Amino acid sequence: MTCEDADLLLHALVDGELDAGHAREVERHLASCPRCAAALAELRALRSALQDVPLRREAPAALRSRIEAALPQPRSRPAPTDRRTLLKGFAFGSVFSGAIAATALVLLVRSDRGQRMHGDLVSAHLRSLQGTRLTDVETSDRHTVKPWFNGRLDLAPPVVDLTAKGFTLLGGRLDYLDGKPVAAIVYKRRRHVVNLFVEPSSAADTSPGVSTLQGFNIRHWSDGGLAFWAVSDIAADELAEFASVFDAARRTPEAA
Amino acid sequence: MQGRRDDDDSGTAGRFRALALPHLDEVYTLARHLLRDAADADDATQDCFLRALRHFETFRGDDIRPWLFAILRNVCRGARQPSREVGVADEPTDDAAPLWSDARETPEGEMLRRRDADAVRALVDALPLAFREVIVLREINDLSYREIAEIVGVPVGTVMSRLARGRALLRTAWLGADQKEQTP
Repeated sequence: MTCEDADLLLHALVDGELDAGHAREVERHLASCPRCAAALAELRALRSALQDVPLRREAPAALRSRIEAALPQPRSRPAPTDRRTLLKGFAFGSVFSGAIAATALVLLVRSDRGQRMHGDLVSAHLRSLQGTRLTDVETSDRHTVKPWFNGRLDLAPPVVDLTAKGFTLLGGRLDYLDGKPVAAIVYKRRRHVVNLFVEPSSAADTSPGVSTLQGFNIRHWSDGGLAFWAVSDIAADELAEFASVFDAARRTPEAA
Repeated sequence: MQGRRDDDDSGTAGRFRALALPHLDEVYTLARHLLRDAADADDATQDCFLRALRHFETFRGDDIRPWLFAILRNVCRGARQPSREVGVADEPTDDAAPLWSDARETPEGEMLRRRDADAVRALVDALPLAFREVIVLREINDLSYREIAEIVGVPVGTVMSRLARGRALLRTAWLGADQKEQTP
């Protein structure tokens, strides 16, 4: 290695950009060339002098608030005043308007539950991605996942292998939604994770449908006494495909 | 479903806020070094975030910072007045500056005197743009050679040589400033 080669590679060495083979070559050259060894020492001195001072600036507060104001606001929840107005109608209006207000209140409570549920679902999905606990039982064998939930939950979640359909089974996990334990079955499509939450369906279940929260798609449906929530960052149509292949596989006698 | 579109919009905006806003200080720091003017840096930073939101669907990957920096760099190139700064093409680039070892006319082992942040920033800002941007992206924004190459639009080898020459210029300027202070 010539000194000119080494001159460039010294920088890659201190920047941690050299593979082991090249790093060894540079180090061999340094061992026999005091001039390049001195250059390396000076380079390290410059880097540490630079790192000794906090060079990163803080954006001015005025700029920060200008940018925050210019970005669209995340949709605000129904304002509390809405509900107060409805209650006022209930308290002071006729029986008729009271009935309307009551209906509206039920709708409000329902959509509140739906929204809280969506928030819970996305949080649970994010937790599973960020933590070390994507699965409690990690296996692509559905015959292992299904019994694992026995005794941990009051329901037997259907677990099907969808590898042939492009969704690989990663495993299962016990999670909590709205304070209740639920089954989470984890699938993977390409580099994306799909969390399928399964709980006993209840009368309070929101109607089936698709929604988007914080960039995640949520697909909800109920069948045979079970409520399903699929959460992922894959596109909405891919999540629909997931739901339909899951349902189809679940109905085949072999999967029961 | 009515309001579906709103849901999508607020979902995207929410995700953008969560991903991009934490890097505001870093984007602003880079803008200050690229433009060397506080008011211009304010405008460029704001422009960068609005442009990034508009094109958010084109962002792919795990780390949003290189993408934001590339947008900022484009904004800055558009914003820079020709009168205020010569274009990159007119600036001394690769061969015009010495490599690291060639710049070592000073006695070996000479120590760099510690300087405060503003003094170091001034030394960095005195570098020609082509060297300044790779120095800031590497030393302050802590990006990899590959990320820098993508942002600047040059091969990794060019990033390496600009970094080597930029550091040589910086060290020479640093030692020069030290000497000036020692011999009033």
